[in-house]
Amino acid sequence: MPLTLETRDLTIRFGGHVAVNNVSCTFRPGELTAIVGPNGAGKTTYFNLISGQLRASGGSILFDGIDITQHSAPMRTRAGLGRAFQLTNLFPNLSVEENVRLAVQAASGTHYDMLRPWMVRRDLIARADSILDQVALGSRRGVTATALSHGDQRKLEVALMIALEPKVFMFDEPTAGMSIDEVPVVLKLIAQLKQDRSKIILLVEHKMDVVRSLADRIIVLHNGQLVADGPPAEVIASPIVQEAYLGVAPKTAESVG
Amino acid sequence: MMILSGDPPKSRVLTLVLVLIILALAATPFLFPGAKALNVAAKICVFAALVASYDLLLGYTGTVSFAHTMFYGIGSYAIAIALYGMGPNWAAVATGIVTGLPLAALLALAIGLFSLRVAAIFFAMITLAVASAFQVLASQLSWLTGGEDGRSFRLPELLRPGTVLIPKDMFGVEINGRILTYYLVFAGSALMILALLRVVNSPFGRVLQAIRENRFRAEALGFRTVFHLTYANCIAALVAASAGILNALWLRYAGPDTSLSFSIMLDILLMVVIGGMGTIYGAVIGATIFIVAQNYLQSLMGVASKAADEAGLPLLPGLLHPDRWLLWLGLLFIASVYFFPTGVVGRLRYGGGKKTAGPSH
Ligand SMILES: Nc1ncnc2c1ncn2[C@@H]1O[C@H](COP(=O)(O)OP(=O)(O)O)[C@@H](O)[C@H]1O
Ligand SMILES: [Mg+2]
Repeated sequence: MPLTLETRDLTIRFGGHVAVNNVSCTFRPGELTAIVGPNGAGKTTYFNLISGQLRASGGSILFDGIDITQHSAPMRTRAGLGRAFQLTNLFPNLSVEENVRLAVQAASGTHYDMLRPWMVRRDLIARADSILDQVALGSRRGVTATALSHGDQRKLEVALMIALEPKVFMFDEPTAGMSIDEVPVVLKLIAQLKQDRSKIILLVEHKMDVVRSLADRIIVLHNGQLVADGPPAEVIASPIVQEAYLGVAPKTAESVG
Repeated sequence: MMILSGDPPKSRVLTLVLVLIILALAATPFLFPGAKALNVAAKICVFAALVASYDLLLGYTGTVSFAHTMFYGIGSYAIAIALYGMGPNWAAVATGIVTGLPLAALLALAIGLFSLRVAAIFFAMITLAVASAFQVLASQLSWLTGGEDGRSFRLPELLRPGTVLIPKDMFGVEINGRILTYYLVFAGSALMILALLRVVNSPFGRVLQAIRENRFRAEALGFRTVFHLTYANCIAALVAASAGILNALWLRYAGPDTSLSFSIMLDILLMVVIGGMGTIYGAVIGATIFIVAQNYLQSLMGVASKAADEAGLPLLPGLLHPDRWLLWLGLLFIASVYFFPTGVVGRLRYGGGKKTAGPSH
């Protein structure tokens, strides 16, 4: 059985506001799904529900055939759900290398070892260093996370997720706010991850050219609802996306998918 | 330097200061004769370990606990009650240890699992409530604890001052049971500090720092942070209780004032802040400065006040009067926090004011 991730009628309410509204969707390995939609559509909230930072008001989440709706965030991470946050979320006063090493350590299951100094775990250090090289942060490993530029912090955010070696990668606007010359590093990384056909990759992204070049499938969220789902060319041509991204009024009420 | 768990002081001056403190403590029975000096040295040893264990919580995990003296008190009372009830023998010492330590650890485990799931402020309030309740309990159960009077007890033969181990003509100082007890306190405290240094520099210890920095992110990496915090709480409680055992053995007494009062909690807080949080070494420095000041500032001021008086200076004799020593201690504290916001250790390691990579780099 290949890996699957599925949300069924997934819903969350904040007071009266329904931020994610009955979203049912199945994600399959070897498929990069881009999630698009205007600001406030509920994309980040949808991610938070899947990776466990928020608990659903209704519906369920199935991962690998198991209902994980009630599982805690750490449990879901250990089960293989990896998350890179939209708002950079690091260990600010620890070094860049230590940030990644903590993720490597978590992935290796070294949670409560208190008898040995950390530096005897050369394997963890080596792995952290190789990941830092992958995201072109090798030269910055000694500085604190706060001392990094915004773009480098975004890369470190991605590095933490990669270090977890997850089965599902969830990128939340990984290139937002990056300078033009920094973007390719991240895109190349995502393209590389795509080579491994056993992974599920979800990508929230606003840049339509990025979406077009990377996505195998696009879903559109609007006011918390899933309003379109299909191959990129089809979804991008749909009236709902034309309206949301190009300001063109929809000619028909019909949506794709 | 694996004995320091790969975390040396990282500053020449700091290394020098630490070496001097340790040498002075190790040689106190020979260098500074007299009961007072030995009492001060023993108190520094006990508090260095006690403060280091509090640093594990406050400095490394960022959780504020008010129950630290409670664990210290559990250790003190356990050994005192056992020796008082069973008589001055080693079986009583062993009984005190095997009841006191597990009791402290279990209580810490229960408090941790119950209250470390949620916001840190809740944990602080719970520890405050539990510690207050414990204080009341200790004074109410006077048949067991001796109430306000506490419990005085006698030590096993070997540890008594009257037991001469090495006569005076060997080292010029008589090595008796009292000095042996001092070295027991010294070695026990040193061992605990080295163990804490190991814990904070272990993979587990790095997770504690990650939780302090960003608990939300630590959870997102897959760490069940409530367990990390709870284990840290248990380790801190075990060390605090052990320090309590050593202190009671040294004083041959356990009572509310020496082992349970909130003023001890305040002293611990001051020492950890003066020394530098999140460094472990800060505990040694903080305890030394604070306890030396507490014990010698008063007499020093007496001398200064008298000198100022004889010199006919205005105002100064009054300001320096020994009764004002608490005022000066307070000023010393404010000045140290103002000039060394990262504590003495932070100052020596990273210089002034600079933003640092924390204890890790
Ligand atoms: N914790 C929260 N409490 C209240 N409202 C929230 C919370 N998180 C998100 N929202 C609301 O949910 C909606 C969706 O937000 P979000 O998922 O961040 O959108 P997107 O990522 O698509 O830009 C917004 O209206 C936002 O204000
Ligand atoms: Mg968002």
